[in-house]
Amino acid sequence: MTKSAREDVIRCEGIWKIFGRRSRQAMEAVRSEGLSKTAIREQFDCVVGVQDASFSVKRGEIFCIMGLSGSGKSTLIRHINRLIEPTSGSVFIEGQNVNEMNARDLRALRAQRIGMVFQSMALMPHRTVRDNVVFSLEVRGRPEEERARVAAQAIEAVDLTGWESKYPDELSGGMQQRVGLARAIAADPTILLMDEPFSALDPLIRKQLQTTFMALSAELHKTTVFITHDLDEAIRIGDRIAIMKDGVLVQIGTPEEIVTEPADDYVADFVAGISKLDLVSAARIMQPFEQYRRTRPTDGIEAWPVARPDDKLNRLVDLAVGTDHPILVKDADKVVGVVGKRALLRGIQGREDATACQAEAV
Amino acid sequence: MAGETTFSLLDPFRSIDLDIDGRTDGIKQWAIANRTALQPIKSFFDGLIGWIENLMQSIPPTVMLLLIVLVAWQAAGGRVALVVAVALVALGLLSPDAWSLAMTTLAIVNAAVALCVIIGLPLGVLAGKSDRFEAAVRPFLDTMQTIPAFVYLVPVVMLLGIGNVSGVIVTIIFALPPLVRLTSLGIRSVNPGVVEAARAFGATPRQILFKVELPLATPTILAGLNQTIMLSLSMVVIASMISVKGLGNEVLRAMGRLDAGKAIVGGLGIVILAIVLDRVTQGLGRSGRARNHRHWWQEGPVGLVMRLFHKSA
Ligand SMILES: Nc1ncnc2c1ncn2[C@@H]1O[C@H](COP(=O)(O)OP(=O)(O)O)[C@@H](O)[C@H]1O
Ligand SMILES: [Mg+2]
Repeated sequence: MTKSAREDVIRCEGIWKIFGRRSRQAMEAVRSEGLSKTAIREQFDCVVGVQDASFSVKRGEIFCIMGLSGSGKSTLIRHINRLIEPTSGSVFIEGQNVNEMNARDLRALRAQRIGMVFQSMALMPHRTVRDNVVFSLEVRGRPEEERARVAAQAIEAVDLTGWESKYPDELSGGMQQRVGLARAIAADPTILLMDEPFSALDPLIRKQLQTTFMALSAELHKTTVFITHDLDEAIRIGDRIAIMKDGVLVQIGTPEEIVTEPADDYVADFVAGISKLDLVSAARIMQPFEQYRRTRPTDGIEAWPVARPDDKLNRLVDLAVGTDHPILVKDADKVVGVVGKRALLRGIQGREDATACQAEAV
Repeated sequence: MAGETTFSLLDPFRSIDLDIDGRTDGIKQWAIANRTALQPIKSFFDGLIGWIENLMQSIPPTVMLLLIVLVAWQAAGGRVALVVAVALVALGLLSPDAWSLAMTTLAIVNAAVALCVIIGLPLGVLAGKSDRFEAAVRPFLDTMQTIPAFVYLVPVVMLLGIGNVSGVIVTIIFALPPLVRLTSLGIRSVNPGVVEAARAFGATPRQILFKVELPLATPTILAGLNQTIMLSLSMVVIASMISVKGLGNEVLRAMGRLDAGKAIVGGLGIVILAIVLDRVTQGLGRSGRARNHRHWWQEGPVGLVMRLFHKSA
């Protein structure tokens, strides 16, 4: 990880979006009296789309926003390239305030630095695959040679070579979304905004496109905001996940944090069915070694299997199968903790072992 | 007017006279006094229409027929071209004068439709973009479509005199509304997701209009154009009352003399022109998908010539 990996590329500060003719007054009322959502709807006939959302996305990070339909995900992501104006709050892209840009700078930002993929694909039916892909170059008036070169690269990146001169309605849904992806990466933007890009596809095609996307993403290192209503997808793809409910970001964290420390019952319900095997690490379920030694014998410790703190449950299960001993957790040759059979089984269940108190994450 | 009538609650209108017709007559007097101001505009359009008509009359009928058939083939495909060819031959055979009369009518219709497009397309785009503008123009469009032609025939003639210019204006009043309405409808029914995508990739409002909205609205706009052409054609008989020549005038004269034969020649001529124009413009409006996504230059006579050229090259 280089130093630039820590820098915020996208920063959203206190975004509110209230839809309706009297949104300004509603916002004032929220500020002064802390009006609730229902009160806003009743008194001002306004709908709250996003409620005080703040988050930042670091360079190269994939940030997933997960929530049920109608929770305000599409509204929130459209603030990043200012397709929607916030009622309050601001968005910064690489330190620049997007809401203070003039129309020309904003268009340049959209054409060059942000690529967007839509759930409905939103391809232009009267343009060929190629002309769809290079739309952002065309509107900037880039020369034909550059467009041809960029189109060939982007189309190859999504495995659509040979389909350049077809029209969207001649392609399957999965292929259409590949075109959408190619269009988004064509201008080599810094940021990718993906609004439920794979939700409209069959499960099989969806898996395939997720794989394509993850390969592309590993290669291109784009800072990505990825929206989904599918927690499995969010966990598979996201470096960090934000859970959104009724316009509010209720929790932001790594997949492991979300699964092991849900912020409230809503998130807990969501993650209940998720397999912990590849998410939860030894560091999270182990008992500190000092504490263990005080209560249990440690004879024959040399024969105990050894794991690292960031090994996942799956790996611990493999180790546990071959022995009757507990598992030692070693960090750089220093024994830091012990995972007993009981803690391991409880960890898989997603519950804490009552006898061993929860260790701090290393 | 009835003299002083006592006011009665049961029949209040008889006693109230706002003198609307009298006042409008005043406007008429003012118009007559100022008609010289309109003279330059009138002679410009007179010249333009005359030029179009001369052009169409000067092309020999056989050449003109072939040209129209080629255009039909290009615009709407081989089958329509065949229908058009048969229709045009039938038109010529109606009577020795029929072809020349039809060209005169076609010239007037062309002029009226061209002006409708120049006026109607921008209005339609504005109406498609702005709810307020749409609400403002709708009553005018309704009025234009429903008011009997005879009502505006008189003031137009008063201002501009009889002749082709008045005929074209009267035709425009009647034929313009569908183009405006359908252009607006076409713009409004463009998938908002596609427009949003264009915005998200940095297109200017102008680029969105010309690269996304207008191309996607084209089939609807062409349906409007088709309606406008048909309505223009249906005005030729009424326009002939203010001394516009052509097929409509034949019908009018035949009516005066109860000459059924002449009326049929004029009437059939108009119907045949209508069929030809309708088929050609409907062919224009086929969607990309219906044409297998081929460009217009890959089809019809032009496509044929291009292929021959490519083979020999
Ligand atoms: N233009 C709009 N006008 C009024 N309400 C809107 C508008 N756009 C979205 N909403 C409302 O905002 C809420 C969030 O919508 P959306 O962001 O589309 O949710 P999601 O993408 O999570 O399904 C919904 O209740 C929706 O009805
Ligand atoms: Mg959505």
